[in-house]
Amino acid sequence: MDTITTLTRPIEFSNYISILEISYILASVLFVLGLKKLSHPDTARSGNLWAAAGMTLAILCTILFHKTKLGDGTYAGIHNIGWILAALVIGSVIGWFAAKKVKMTAMPQMVSMFNGMGGACAALISLMEFPGMQTRFAAESASSMLNGEALAILLGLMIGGVSFAGSMIAFGKLDERIGDIKSPVLRYINLAFLVLLFAFMVFILFKEPVEGENWMIYVMAGLALVYGITFVMPIGGADMPVVISLLNSFTGVAAAMGGFLYSNQAMLTGGILVGSSGTILTILMCKAMNRSLLNVIIGAFGGSAAAGTQSGDKTVKEISLSDAAVLLSYSQKVLVVPGYGLAVAQAQHLCHELENLLGSKGVELKYGIHPVAGRMPGHMNVLLAEADVPYEKLQEMEDANNDLMNTDVVIVVGANDVVNPAAEEDPASPIYGMPVIRVWEAKNTIIMKRSMAKGYAAIENNLFFMPKSRMLFGDAKATLQKLISEIKSI
Amino acid sequence: MTDIFKFITEYREAIFIIILSIFLGIEVISHVPSVLHTPLMSGANAIHGVVIIGAIIVMGHASNVLSMVLGFIAVILGTLNVVGGFVVTDRMLEMFRKKKK
Repeated sequence: MDTITTLTRPIEFSNYISILEISYILASVLFVLGLKKLSHPDTARSGNLWAAAGMTLAILCTILFHKTKLGDGTYAGIHNIGWILAALVIGSVIGWFAAKKVKMTAMPQMVSMFNGMGGACAALISLMEFPGMQTRFAAESASSMLNGEALAILLGLMIGGVSFAGSMIAFGKLDERIGDIKSPVLRYINLAFLVLLFAFMVFILFKEPVEGENWMIYVMAGLALVYGITFVMPIGGADMPVVISLLNSFTGVAAAMGGFLYSNQAMLTGGILVGSSGTILTILMCKAMNRSLLNVIIGAFGGSAAAGTQSGDKTVKEISLSDAAVLLSYSQKVLVVPGYGLAVAQAQHLCHELENLLGSKGVELKYGIHPVAGRMPGHMNVLLAEADVPYEKLQEMEDANNDLMNTDVVIVVGANDVVNPAAEEDPASPIYGMPVIRVWEAKNTIIMKRSMAKGYAAIENNLFFMPKSRMLFGDAKATLQKLISEIKSI
Repeated sequence: MTDIFKFITEYREAIFIIILSIFLGIEVISHVPSVLHTPLMSGANAIHGVVIIGAIIVMGHASNVLSMVLGFIAVILGTLNVVGGFVVTDRMLEMFRKKKK
């Protein structure tokens, strides 16, 4: 291998290395353009493909052209290619099937799961690189491991580990396998673990390197995993998407640490790009809910903090199916406000059927979509699009709110927190300040619900007790089915 | 203090890339309609799967059984992140395209 000496410092050079570097530049450009295209509805799909093409290029060129400098100054290409290809095939097949088979309702937890895999990958890289690095520094008889390489390895392990454990907990929570643990004590335990984690990292950095003394890297990994769990455990309810987005940007930073470690520009740009755009996305999501990021992380959402709104003595009014059918048939404007309950019941197709049926009777039916309806911003749009609901029928929250005074009937299907008047009226409510769809302004409101249970944020909803509100209890799918046949028989 | 200066000089290119990428990421993402938040998060999720390159590099010079096993797992996990991430994003966006017609 030649050395270019006309520069200020020597750089190893060969044609292969150049091709690899060019592929990384191309990949970085494709990542940026892909991300840019992803943020416009018309170009989003091709943006995703561009980024995927960049990734494929970077992976292939790494396998073909990457050279590692060995201790004796010689270079070696990628070994174990058979194993690497086998792992690539296994991962691709599982990833492909998991992504294709997952129900659209379960998509947020799937994203969380894939995010965790990336975090774990970053953490494993650090685990594998640490012993070799320590051996090298021990051989040079360095007095401490205070340098960029060790810092990148330790940060990669820490952030990757937290992201992995946190994403798994987030996955479990969204999949309703894990409940929330809310306790003020947990906040301090949390903080204690974070301090411990950083203290331990500093301890390793200032420690004299000793060959083979690798126990501390495993302790560090363990601490990161525990912190990831305690970090996500108390956060619940409507805040989950924010946490996933935050963990997503964490994994980006962890990947960038790998790029720093290997002086790999594709990893560095890709990782940092996701890290910063993920952070901005997280903040945008917080804004959509009118909450601050800090508030999401340390504030116990819902639960015991929700004082005020008593229950028990208030009664709700029910509406019979036939009354609801008549009311709907003789309306002019109907607005459906869908929530996660609709998605869980897989009732989006029936909604579309109702829309067509009422349309044939001259009733105009539209959908009012709250930005955080479903489990993630934009999730509900995806679900309704899956049921062939035309784009023009979907109204954003502001448009829906402006139109509500002229709306005859609002049907709330499986939504709760996004139509809660407490967000505007009750300063003590944990969702106070969150923009909501003001369904109580319409002439009639029909609320389809399985029971009087609270919403995902676990807050009482006064809407149910309002004079214009009527309840229609039952499973969203079955009720819609009955309602449709009732309307047909009129 | 000298250590910090030395550190900055040694890694100046990386520090440049990091700072510029941060601004780029912010610039690219601002003014996204909330409809696209989920696909965008999912797409970004796939992009940080670039960490797989690191996994391939360590696996490429792994010599003992432990690092072989860990490397093998790391490559699988990284691939899951990349392939799953892009495919899920594409599935979401496919639905957006369909309703345009």
